[in-house]
Amino acid sequence: MASEASPRWPFLRQLLGRTDGTGSDAMSARTRSLKARTDGAAVARSVCPYCGVGCGQLAYHRDGELLAIEGDRESPVSQGTLCPKGSASYQLMTHPTRLQRVRYRAPGASSWSDLDLETAMDMVADRVWESRRRTFVETTSDLPGHDPCRTGPNQAAEPVGHTTAVAHLGGATLDNEENYLIKKLFTGGLGMVAVSNQARI
Amino acid sequence: MSIGQGTESPNQAAHDYLAEGRTVGFFTDPTVCIGCKACEVACKEWNMVPDDGYAWSGHSYDNSGDLGASTWRHVKFLEQDLAAGNQVAGPMTVEPGGEEPFRWLFVSDVCKHCEEAGCLEACPTGSIIRTDNGAVFVQDDVCNGCGACVVGCPFGVIDRRPTPLPGAGGAFKCTFCYDRQAVGLTPACAKACPTESIQFGPLDELKERAAVRVHELRQSGFEDARLYDAADTSVRGVHAFFLLLGDPGAYGLPPRPEVPTVHLGPAWASALTTAVMAMLIAVVAFALW
Amino acid sequence: MPGLGTSFGRGGATTAQQDLANADCVLIQGSSMAEAHPVGFRWVMKARERGATIIHVDPRYSRTSAMADLWVPIRAGGDLVFLGGLVRHVLENELYFESYVRHFTNASVILKEDFRDTEELDGLFSGWNEDTRSYDTSSWMYEGDEADRPRRDPSLQHPRCVFQVLKRHFSRYTPEMVERVAGVPPELFHRVAHALTAASGPERTAAICYAVGWTQHSKGVQIIRTAAILQLLLGNMGRPGGGILALRGHASIQGSTDIPTLYDILPGYLKMPGAGRGESSLEGYYRNNRRRGGLWHQTPAYTVSLLKAYYGDRATAENDWGWRWLPRVTRNHSHFSYWLEMAGGDVEGLFIMGQNPSVGAQNARLERRALAKLRWLVVRDLVEIEPATFWRSDSPEVRRGELDPAEIDTEVFLFPAAGHVEKEGAFTQTQRMLQWRQKAVEPPGDATSEAWFIHQLARRLIAKARESDDPRDEPLRALDWWYPEDEHGEPLMESVLAEINGWYVDPGRGSDADDAIRGEGGEPATPEDGARTGRSGLARAAGGPAGTVYREDAEGRPHHGAQVAGIPVLRDDGSTACGCWIYSGCYGPDGVNRALKRDPHGPYGHGWGFAWPDDRRILYNRASADPEGRPWSERKKLVWWDEGEGRWTGLDTPDFPKTKPPSYRPPDDATGVNAHRGDAPFILHDDGLAWLFVPTGLADGPLPTYYESLESPVKNPLYGRQNNPAVNWLRRPDNEYAERGDPRFPYILTTYRLTEHHTGGGMSRTLPHLSELQPELFVEMSPELAQELGIEKGEWITVASLRGAVEARALPTRRIRPLRVDGHVVHQVAMPFHWGPVGPVKGDVTNDLVPMSEEPNVSIHEGKVVLCTIRKGRRPADGEFDAWMRELREEGGVAP
Repeated sequence: MASEASPRWPFLRQLLGRTDGTGSDAMSARTRSLKARTDGAAVARSVCPYCGVGCGQLAYHRDGELLAIEGDRESPVSQGTLCPKGSASYQLMTHPTRLQRVRYRAPGASSWSDLDLETAMDMVADRVWESRRRTFVETTSDLPGHDPCRTGPNQAAEPVGHTTAVAHLGGATLDNEENYLIKKLFTGGLGMVAVSNQARI
Repeated sequence: MSIGQGTESPNQAAHDYLAEGRTVGFFTDPTVCIGCKACEVACKEWNMVPDDGYAWSGHSYDNSGDLGASTWRHVKFLEQDLAAGNQVAGPMTVEPGGEEPFRWLFVSDVCKHCEEAGCLEACPTGSIIRTDNGAVFVQDDVCNGCGACVVGCPFGVIDRRPTPLPGAGGAFKCTFCYDRQAVGLTPACAKACPTESIQFGPLDELKERAAVRVHELRQSGFEDARLYDAADTSVRGVHAFFLLLGDPGAYGLPPRPEVPTVHLGPAWASALTTAVMAMLIAVVAFALW
Repeated sequence: MPGLGTSFGRGGATTAQQDLANADCVLIQGSSMAEAHPVGFRWVMKARERGATIIHVDPRYSRTSAMADLWVPIRAGGDLVFLGGLVRHVLENELYFESYVRHFTNASVILKEDFRDTEELDGLFSGWNEDTRSYDTSSWMYEGDEADRPRRDPSLQHPRCVFQVLKRHFSRYTPEMVERVAGVPPELFHRVAHALTAASGPERTAAICYAVGWTQHSKGVQIIRTAAILQLLLGNMGRPGGGILALRGHASIQGSTDIPTLYDILPGYLKMPGAGRGESSLEGYYRNNRRRGGLWHQTPAYTVSLLKAYYGDRATAENDWGWRWLPRVTRNHSHFSYWLEMAGGDVEGLFIMGQNPSVGAQNARLERRALAKLRWLVVRDLVEIEPATFWRSDSPEVRRGELDPAEIDTEVFLFPAAGHVEKEGAFTQTQRMLQWRQKAVEPPGDATSEAWFIHQLARRLIAKARESDDPRDEPLRALDWWYPEDEHGEPLMESVLAEINGWYVDPGRGSDADDAIRGEGGEPATPEDGARTGRSGLARAAGGPAGTVYREDAEGRPHHGAQVAGIPVLRDDGSTACGCWIYSGCYGPDGVNRALKRDPHGPYGHGWGFAWPDDRRILYNRASADPEGRPWSERKKLVWWDEGEGRWTGLDTPDFPKTKPPSYRPPDDATGVNAHRGDAPFILHDDGLAWLFVPTGLADGPLPTYYESLESPVKNPLYGRQNNPAVNWLRRPDNEYAERGDPRFPYILTTYRLTEHHTGGGMSRTLPHLSELQPELFVEMSPELAQELGIEKGEWITVASLRGAVEARALPTRRIRPLRVDGHVVHQVAMPFHWGPVGPVKGDVTNDLVPMSEEPNVSIHEGKVVLCTIRKGRRPADGEFDAWMRELREEGGVAP
């Protein structure tokens, strides 16, 4: 520490050092070595995850650790700036209450238990498979009574090929590619039509 | 304002002010502040300042309260029965023809980085120093938490952090993002500011820009626009200065800030004389003994 | 967004945020832009600095109003009358941009004789069927000539031409009516009218910005339609500093409609097939969805290319490209509709990914209770959010004894999700721009991306289907799930982007654009370098044809040929696959991921990201030039015809066939864009024109009509019809509505977002740095109302509607003004809605107060106008809550 090499009291430093004793000569070694923790770090070009403005972000990281997230000054939309939410997105990624394990609530339970990721995936696949099997609607004659497309026994039935008993919600916070895969699997593969997100078009 | 300058904006461009020993500052202009508090958050994120409680104040949208050990940027919210320049703010009364002026002002407050800094003068440990770009900087590793600086600040900016927060006991305030400036980055608050209400740059350039801005505003209906830089007080000017609409008092700023130690100069001298005399007496006494 | 889609052709913001800086006037209405989109508002501030007039019309004097030249307080929901008043002002005073209107809009088209306007039918258009509560829209069509082409009157004088119909339709939307309905005094209205019209014309332009303050109404689409009509009359569309900017509230809300996780559309706004519409075959589908003129003439190419992307080699001409594998829509399957089926026990399983309906959705009590009827629920999020904990002791319904955990059989799986810097992929932001994110770090613990989850689920389900011989599993067996993976089992996201862009299906097929990839060659030196060039540095096809970034599937078999260069090369013969036609060109044969490009240049930031379609930043920009292709003015030039070069050129990518001259006149048998004249800028529409009058595509009328909100304190002063006739109220005992002027609920409640929080709060309430800025729920009210009710600043009050009751702190402020509406003083109160029972800062759920309802076109709720009452003190204790609500309903009218 610099303070070991020079007296602490400003007036003594002034006396001995012929400066006002409060400038760089009074810097501790730590102060002298201070520099931005992002200096020399790797950077990923990212985009703010909050609203639709789409501000450019720089995600600084080193050795697999996220160091800071700040505005990307080259973005023609945001020019390096961020709002309070965008400015908080480092905390969004690193705060201690983020989920890290799959949590499972059994029927009738009043608390969570933990579940291994692969086991959880197998269980979810089984649930989807069974629910779809139970509720798949082949033709318009199989539709429920309140459905306007339902056809009676003497009417020509049309193929339907859907299930409305497995549903999905969410997408406006996800990536395009993820929404693409969701729609492809859920609608194109499983025949799910009750698919919705925050957007209303 | 430098909106639209992109990477050329002084709030974004890489610089070398610290190495050049160039005095830098903040010019904060509430007439373009949208009260978003990005500065508060960007400051806390970069400097890893802890949150200091979830208390709803009921004072407009301000729940940060005051500048302090864990609030280095603070956006003040003023709801006033005054007009904002030539703004037409819809009928403010249901009585026919009734016109009652109203405005909502936001201004981001920060450590003023005084020319004559009361905290620095009061600090007995050498923790508080003046950096090469003219900022007032607290060295955490040197500070012993004595609190002399707290009473020394004419603006009530610096404070000791209470337990159980990290670093409790130590005195904290805006660092002017010294670590960022050391590598040519701009301070986190100015960089984040979406409308460039906080402008960072060489102090002399900011002052020129501010003078033009005040003139423009006065021309365009903001007759109460003025600069607040404490230049004619014992603080001898601040490096973080403000454009204000109306009186500083409404913003909680002292109309005439004074450095408490301003009267201590002679006292130091007499103390020094006394000490030297005492030593001389002692030496003489030893010699004669 | 059919408000914009039916008016202009595409359901997306027409402009770029930066372009607001070029506006001479910016009207912000239905949005508190400075609060909800602070960085976008930067460009409004730039415009103000350059001398533009900024107008904010809003029930609250918000942080946006504080920056405006003009704040106009308005009764929530009165926007359509206010805008309609402006339309009338422009028409009556002949302030419209005559040449623009005559050439670029359908103003001159003549309507059929049997069309009847709401002026004649007291709030209904012709074709209304009270039994089905829907319109037969045939009388809204154009009158045809002998060749079935629309008849026109270029003089705009024919009594049945759109221009004259429009004039009559809005004739009673006078300044006095605006005051009566919306509470805006005529003097203030005229200030706005003057500012807006003075900033429009060849030399000047005005822009309009809106958000959910317009959409979340029982007439939301028609409010936007009114703004569209206004901007068309003023000639502000497709021009610099003009346009309509829809401000989207989520990072990829535009993306999630372009590539929809929605029930009624497929990627690129292709409609989902429906039963009962004759769409059993593709041919039947084309009959309903193909247009003779404009880009929708290529519907078969877009549809077949999508089917090839979904089902790969299994989609063949013989099986109608796998058309029968797509499920059929049979009723409204949108959020509220299926949620009510869930409440009735008809839904077994639900996935929730990155959404919080227990806080963010309307009638949130009903939303939460319905979850208990599920057999299983999967929630994926960054944190533990309320939908995952509806069964726990801290859930309001469990606390109040409405749900008993022991009797809830729902299995709940809560998966940790990866954050935005822990995965790669693109968001499409509010100005239609795709921006790719590079991955910075690995997600913590078992957190994974949605892509990983869906990919791993798909592998398991497809494996099950392969073991089955059930014909209903055929779509799963046919699904082309080819994606190469990384070491974590995550699909390579650029391989998905390549599929979205599209490719030639023949693996041997090279690029038409030669060896673009190999020609430019070389891996980027660093990821940063990669961002600049758009080359990510991920795996590249080795030995494949040029123009193919990922050639092989997960098993190493050649999968497809070169990526296509863009929309024009897509075919309906099965030779191309394309996951979303409007995005085609984002990742073309040169191997450049344009969504990742970070090398901006020019005033519109070309070289940074990719704005669909074809990197056009200002839509319909052909309209920035006059019919002859010359800029309307030097000051407002954007795109123009270069006679020497024989092509369109300018500051933006022309949103027009590049070499079609302004003088082009189509032959009678022309189709597609070739059927459009050289002065028809709206290339998605059949006729190439913007639609002041919408003959097809809207469920509640071809012209915007003012109806009162579903809950309203007053009678509709304009028509006998109080409400939008086609709205779906979803009335049921737990979703009731207050009658007009219900004395029990005298105040209007409007909801809004704070800058410091994000929607349902899952991304903000858990963050100390945001929560400390706005830790609690509060209610803004005028000092007058506070005084009337004896309420002090900061005291607890309870706000109640027929759906629920919530407690909050009172915040009296002059920023909320009482209004005089139709002679009565109306009090409005405003509440943010970000809090819930889970997390470090907690609060009641404002959306418990709001009913579920479905606007006729997009099934959006009316969140911005609700009737409420206010009581001093905290809400009743959990055990007394039900009885208190019952008393409120039955006794009513209790003086506070």
